[in-house]
Amino acid sequence: MRTLEQTTREVLDLASKHFNVPAGSLAPEDDFFKKLGIDSLQTLEMLSRLENHFGIELPDYEVQGVSDFRTLASRIQSRL
Amino acid sequence: MLDLSKYQSIGAALKDALDQFSNEVCLVESDREREKERLTYRDFKARAHPLAKALEDAGLGAGDRVSIIMTNQSKWLISAYAVFYAGGVLVPLDYKLAPDEQWQLLKHSGATALVTEYPIWRQLSGAEGRSRATQLKTVLVSEAPKSADLEGALRWEEFLGSGEPAFVPRTREDLASIVYSSGTGGRPKGCLLTHENYLEQCVALTSIYPFSPGVRYLSILPTNHAIDFMVGFFGPFICGAAVVHLRTLRPEYVREAFSKYRITYVSLVPLVLKNLQKGLEARFDELPSGKRRMFNALVAVNKALTKSRPRLALSRRLLKEVHNAFGGELRAIIVGGAFTEPQTLQFFYDLGIPVANGYGLTETVVAVTVNDLNPFRADTVGKPLPGMEVRIVDPTADGIGEVCVRSKTIMSGYLDEPELTAETIVDGWLRTGDLGRFDAAGHLQLFGRKKNMIVTEEGKNIYPEDIEAVFDSLPVKEFCVFAANYIWPQRSMVGEQLLLALHLEPSQTYTEELRRDISVRNSKLLNYKRIHGVVLCDEDFPRTASLKIKRNALREQLARLDRATAVLPF
Repeated sequence: MRTLEQTTREVLDLASKHFNVPAGSLAPEDDFFKKLGIDSLQTLEMLSRLENHFGIELPDYEVQGVSDFRTLASRIQSRL
Repeated sequence: MLDLSKYQSIGAALKDALDQFSNEVCLVESDREREKERLTYRDFKARAHPLAKALEDAGLGAGDRVSIIMTNQSKWLISAYAVFYAGGVLVPLDYKLAPDEQWQLLKHSGATALVTEYPIWRQLSGAEGRSRATQLKTVLVSEAPKSADLEGALRWEEFLGSGEPAFVPRTREDLASIVYSSGTGGRPKGCLLTHENYLEQCVALTSIYPFSPGVRYLSILPTNHAIDFMVGFFGPFICGAAVVHLRTLRPEYVREAFSKYRITYVSLVPLVLKNLQKGLEARFDELPSGKRRMFNALVAVNKALTKSRPRLALSRRLLKEVHNAFGGELRAIIVGGAFTEPQTLQFFYDLGIPVANGYGLTETVVAVTVNDLNPFRADTVGKPLPGMEVRIVDPTADGIGEVCVRSKTIMSGYLDEPELTAETIVDGWLRTGDLGRFDAAGHLQLFGRKKNMIVTEEGKNIYPEDIEAVFDSLPVKEFCVFAANYIWPQRSMVGEQLLLALHLEPSQTYTEELRRDISVRNSKLLNYKRIHGVVLCDEDFPRTASLKIKRNALREQLARLDRATAVLPF
């Protein structure tokens, strides 16, 4: 079982790969809309990647209002 | 379709539609790969009537207000129908708002009942704002886990009355719904829309784009949005068409739905349409050069053959693979909620996929003008719909002035805002605050806004005063939020942004610490409400005797600055 810290790291790694930003440039407290310059639709694409990576289903309502990596990781963690 | 001239209310028309089209499929609900529900109009009635009866038994009477805060799904439409059947007034709210914003609007609307779903209620019930909406008596929550503590709410699935509910008739002049065009900050703008407003809007729209049994509409825009309420509920139902709901709006499931359900119409906001365009362009770019040349030639042929009007069957044969990606039966994409760039509209039309582009406001229910595709014009928002009078007030030498509208679709006013209503509706004409002009062919073209607000590509209206609270107590002398185009008019409807005007204390400078403070506060706002830059102002803000900022005078002050150098990113 992953720890929240591991999950958060994997979320950051995947986001940096998917959106082509340097590894290590993202931090858990970062606002992903702002940091990645993405819109709500691109966020949905990122969620699909995360679901595949972690092998979970993350309903849209679970990520409603979430804009930082740490909270996103904790929502994922609760479904692992 | 039903002859709506015979009806007095939305409820009466829907009631007849359920009987007239009883064997047709009206709703399909899908969650990822799983089809959760498929209802005929008869099934819909069987689901809705026990709910209407329970509302009646609970004391819901004519004119009582009921709010719905739900993601798109069959229960949204079933609940709305039950409310209209019982004579209620619908208050559809945006499920994407923060819980306290939702409570603020619930209180403002005077809703005595709320229909919502468990994940939303889980957040709402614990929010601070709940204590203020004391008029709310009944809360119905769908899909709650068996063990969940509902904090005083009732289960939607168990809220069933026995026996036939009594239909409560309403007249055309009665209030049908309160729809918030914006405003969870200082001044919520609740548009009071009557049954006549909706009936007349539906007649106007279906005269250009008629629906019928066999039409399958993919509902993606939130149903609380005026467009989806009309095109994804009332419009299809009075025509016997089917509505498809997706519980997961991930791009891959949306793509799959087009072919799985052979979708004929879909409504999108410009942001999604543009994203679709980007995706298609990337796929075209990947074609080997020979195939790409062939493809370009076919697009050119299609373009030439559809110059005067769309020819769907022909386009589907010429550009089969593109059309198959959209399920092969798509007749048009309806786009709305915000301004769409002409090149995006043209891109789809050249592929043989007409885009029904138009112009409207919540204050006019949905649409005032629509492109009738005869011929397609990407550079305009079309001609006024039947029954809509549109005129340009105080035009400049180039013919551009404020767009004003008079029709039976105009709201009766803003809830509890007589002054704002009087400023907005003058002698029966709605002053839209948008700038436009008519071309020689009678098409309306838009050129920016006269008012201090923006509309995002996601179709969200944002008024600066709605977001100022987040900057309260910012350590500066004074601040004010503006739409950039309001300060420096661009004669454009794209790239709209909000800016924070700051007047610093004497000897204060714009430090990294201050920038970070603004950034942290900004990140608390939903992404589409955020400011994009800061403008520093050296002079005191002009104020009224009661010390309110004179926004117009301040705007004139700021307009003297050069936008290119005045706006500081952060």
